[in-house]
Amino acid sequence: MNKAQIKQRMRYWLGLDLLAGLALTFRYIFKPKVTINYPYEKGSISPRFRGEHALRRYADGTERCIACKLCEAVCPALAITIEAGVAQDGSRRTTRYDIDMTKCINCGLCQEVCPVGAIVEGPNFEYATWTHEELLYDKERLLDNGDRWEAVLTANIEADRGRG
Amino acid sequence: MRDDLMTIYLLPLFWMLLGIGGILGVVLGGTAYLTYAERKVLGAIQLRKGPNVVGPFGLLQPMADGLKVMFKETIIPSGANVGLFIAAPVFTFLLALSAWAVIPFDAGLVLANINVGILYLLAISSLGVYAIIIAGWASNSKYALLGGLRSAAQMVSYEVSIGLIIVTVLLQAGTLNLSKIVEAQKDGWYIFSILLPMAVLFFASALAETNRSPFDLPEGESELVGGFNTEYSAMIFAMFFLGEYANMILMSAMMTVLFLGGWLPPLAALGFVPGFVWFAMKIVLCLFVFLWVRGTLPRYRYDQLMRIGWKFFLPLSLLWVVVVATVKMVGEAG
Repeated sequence: MNKAQIKQRMRYWLGLDLLAGLALTFRYIFKPKVTINYPYEKGSISPRFRGEHALRRYADGTERCIACKLCEAVCPALAITIEAGVAQDGSRRTTRYDIDMTKCINCGLCQEVCPVGAIVEGPNFEYATWTHEELLYDKERLLDNGDRWEAVLTANIEADRGRG
Repeated sequence: MRDDLMTIYLLPLFWMLLGIGGILGVVLGGTAYLTYAERKVLGAIQLRKGPNVVGPFGLLQPMADGLKVMFKETIIPSGANVGLFIAAPVFTFLLALSAWAVIPFDAGLVLANINVGILYLLAISSLGVYAIIIAGWASNSKYALLGGLRSAAQMVSYEVSIGLIIVTVLLQAGTLNLSKIVEAQKDGWYIFSILLPMAVLFFASALAETNRSPFDLPEGESELVGGFNTEYSAMIFAMFFLGEYANMILMSAMMTVLFLGGWLPPLAALGFVPGFVWFAMKIVLCLFVFLWVRGTLPRYRYDQLMRIGWKFFLPLSLLWVVVVATVKMVGEAG
């Protein structure tokens, strides 16, 4: 048995590797903690974060959505249902725009494919509910989300402009 | 006549019940807060904070957990043997508590100062195997059965070496009485003597005996779902859980009594601090090592576990019995 082998045997029988591991975890006890105290502290999220959906409007208040149904077609989870009709001003509009949030996988394809930037996924991820039904969003709910988050959505789109 | 009844039976009975109540209170409180300490220590090792929401520093977390577990539904599998299924966790819990009768908390502060205290402890801890194997069998589930069998094999294997380790202590102390074993360490705790390797071995065997990491394969959630407590839920699960933690405290107490000098202060100058405080502090130290080891070491494979038990711990403890006996004999002859 050569010297290295003897040394290795000694390490094994004296449990030195074991003690080294214990020393490492002991040092970690005194390191600063990385826990985020969630409801009171939140981690930062990217401007590209894909959270709760919203239907946006133009600055003059008209809906962006033109009922092209591209999002409905591209949705891999079949979560979007759209019905189209003619509005009073003669333009093509949705009469129904539903998203089943319990089917949605937050892949973001709908906002990628939208030609007018109507459907977007906003930064809100805290939309848990007590019942399934509350997560079946209709057009009214989505437009309301858009109105509520418009400032943040615009800022995020601005922050992300020109990047990749 | 009535005075005799009073002084001979009722008064001692009263003190006895008071003592039992006191010990149960301390042990159960300790058990509850051990679950909290475990989550805190593991959290700290993993750079987390651990429970900190319920009460100041999360100190009321055990109460919240207790309430939750009591209001949950107890689910009994349709194929289970109901009587045994419920009896098993009760039995574990009972054993974990009844062993405390002989543990000396301080000089003279012991419920039953029997002469064969160490044998009583060994007997009680051996009985723990039954509860687990009954639980595994009564659940009528493959995972539970395998977990129960593993646990039985593991606990039996490590009991053999624990028995021999205890024999070395007995040789050194010359008594089976736990209080006298502690008093025999007045001139030096056994961990700082020829018995040091036995102390390390005892601790490792205690880990295996209480089914703790790195020897927690009876529960082995990555392979056996939950081992023998797969089918258990709500309060009957909590009994198993608390039984395991009470056993950890018990094993720490045994470690303290056998190797760390029980209630004796580390320095004679610190003798003004009451003995039970030292006893409690040593137990806390042992428990911290339990948790620390859990936060550090990965689980052993089953064949490794058996190999360590039979091919390393057993021969080494056997050898040490001979060594201690020889040293003792030579010392007495010379």
